[in-house]
Amino acid sequence: MTVDLFTLLLLGGGLFLGWALGANDSANVFGTAVGTRMLRFRTAAILCSGGVILGAVISGAGPTETLGKLAAIKSVAEASIASACAGLTVLFMTRRGLPVSTSQAVVGALIGWNIWNGFDTDMEVASKIMLTWVLCPFLAAGIAALLLPITSFAIQKSRFHLFQQDAITRWALIIAGALGAYSLGANNIANVMGPFAHSIAFPELIIYQSLHLSGLQQLFLLGGIAVAIGVFTYSRRVMMTVGKDLFELSPVAGWVVVMAHSIVLLLFTSKALAEWLNGVGLPSLPLVPVSSSQAVIGAVLGIGLIRGRHGIRWSVLGEIGLGWVLTPLASGLFCFAALAILGQFNP
Amino acid sequence: MSFFDFFKREAGLLQTSRRVEQQVDEFLSIVVEAGEVFRTAFHVYITAGPSATFEAQFETINDLEHKGDDLRREIETELYAKTLIPDLRSDVLQLVESIDKVTNLYKSNLFRLSIQRPEIPKTLHSEYERLAEAAVECADTLIETTRSFFKDHTVVRDGAKQVAALETRADEISTPLLRDIFNSDLELAHKMQLMYFVERLDAIANQAEDISDHLSISAIKRRI
Repeated sequence: MTVDLFTLLLLGGGLFLGWALGANDSANVFGTAVGTRMLRFRTAAILCSGGVILGAVISGAGPTETLGKLAAIKSVAEASIASACAGLTVLFMTRRGLPVSTSQAVVGALIGWNIWNGFDTDMEVASKIMLTWVLCPFLAAGIAALLLPITSFAIQKSRFHLFQQDAITRWALIIAGALGAYSLGANNIANVMGPFAHSIAFPELIIYQSLHLSGLQQLFLLGGIAVAIGVFTYSRRVMMTVGKDLFELSPVAGWVVVMAHSIVLLLFTSKALAEWLNGVGLPSLPLVPVSSSQAVIGAVLGIGLIRGRHGIRWSVLGEIGLGWVLTPLASGLFCFAALAILGQFNP
Repeated sequence: MSFFDFFKREAGLLQTSRRVEQQVDEFLSIVVEAGEVFRTAFHVYITAGPSATFEAQFETINDLEHKGDDLRREIETELYAKTLIPDLRSDVLQLVESIDKVTNLYKSNLFRLSIQRPEIPKTLHSEYERLAEAAVECADTLIETTRSFFKDHTVVRDGAKQVAALETRADEISTPLLRDIFNSDLELAHKMQLMYFVERLDAIANQAEDISDHLSISAIKRRI
């Protein structure tokens, strides 16, 4: 398939989702460092954008493949409608103050597309994906609850001077942020460009005879750039807000949250990690785009549990649970309705 | 800013951290040294009155106080300019300023002795010296606790308990001393002057206790 300007314009729905991802979710990985002014916004934005683009291009295939098993949209226009519906659902629910995740909105839209086309949705794949939504925050909570005492023990044993610990924490936040950005790009690029994976095929690109970029990787590169634009244009305020909220925990606990988030996202992303886990006889997790924000909430809850459950707002878990049902339902209905209405003009 | 500049800046931050760490260490050592000088100067005053040796000790503590002030300002500037320890910056700044007041108290005690030259009756010498000793010991324990706060915050609570115990000991010395002063046949003005110096000595221990209380709270914040 040739890629013309019109096709690229139709990518707008996905690129909008990418922009929104960069504007909001980058705060999950660099919010602590920027909110506490340990890192300048520009530096964080450069590191975040680089990490997201690398993650998307290098490791973005796994979750996209899984989404493809749920629905393989062959028409760019329909993929664009599905993407735009997911994006608008996120926008609508956010404005209403309802818990929402882009991953869940995209899945809902894909199921809506299946229903409109009269295709059966693979329930095994769908249930696997839905299971990951539940698993994601709990896994993040477990990892954070494990990581916090280990980190605390290590700091206590090392007896770093407060100022040395501060310098080390800065570097740790930078490294965790870069890893977080990589895992965010790798995992969530499926939300941004996944619906287009079966409808747009760029010819293979060879740069300086050494760097080969497949059609899918070029698509992810475009999505990654959209995320980067979101990071640079709109994430500063979100980073300051989220960063200060996370910072209430202390910078080290903030680091634990970012690490738990990044590990969880990588577990749901990396083919190599999945193969390694299978190789050592451990169960691997399905490669699925998950909610970065819910991973962060899970990690914060995990830290709260370790610290004695004081001040934990259990209602947050209820709100997330509500989002698991409401978001895909709303997005699916929205996508179905949009396709039905627009189908009238193009029978 | 290029990435090279970024990494250079971050690597430079490690050096800055080490420099501030050394400055804080030096600042705390000055307080301990000032305590040592105060202890000697007070002993000299009790035994030999406002002698030349006493005045020399007073000059030494004056220099130490200036040095402490300079270091405090440098630490404050570095903490703010390089945005170090954002979560504990205000606690550390308050800590450094409060500890600086301990050196000020040492100096002001000697300054007042030098100016007022009170006549301390021989019968009260040992108790005054015991009180000065307890006050300095209390402040020294506070400095040890402060060093723990920077390196191993888990022992701060024990240190704070020790400071509180030493402050109580200072009270246990000062209260009977005040009774002795007012039960004596001295002139009321003389009694008032002697009372003033008891209270000035006690103030060192009180200041140390107040700082250690704040330190305990800051140590809780250091838990991750």
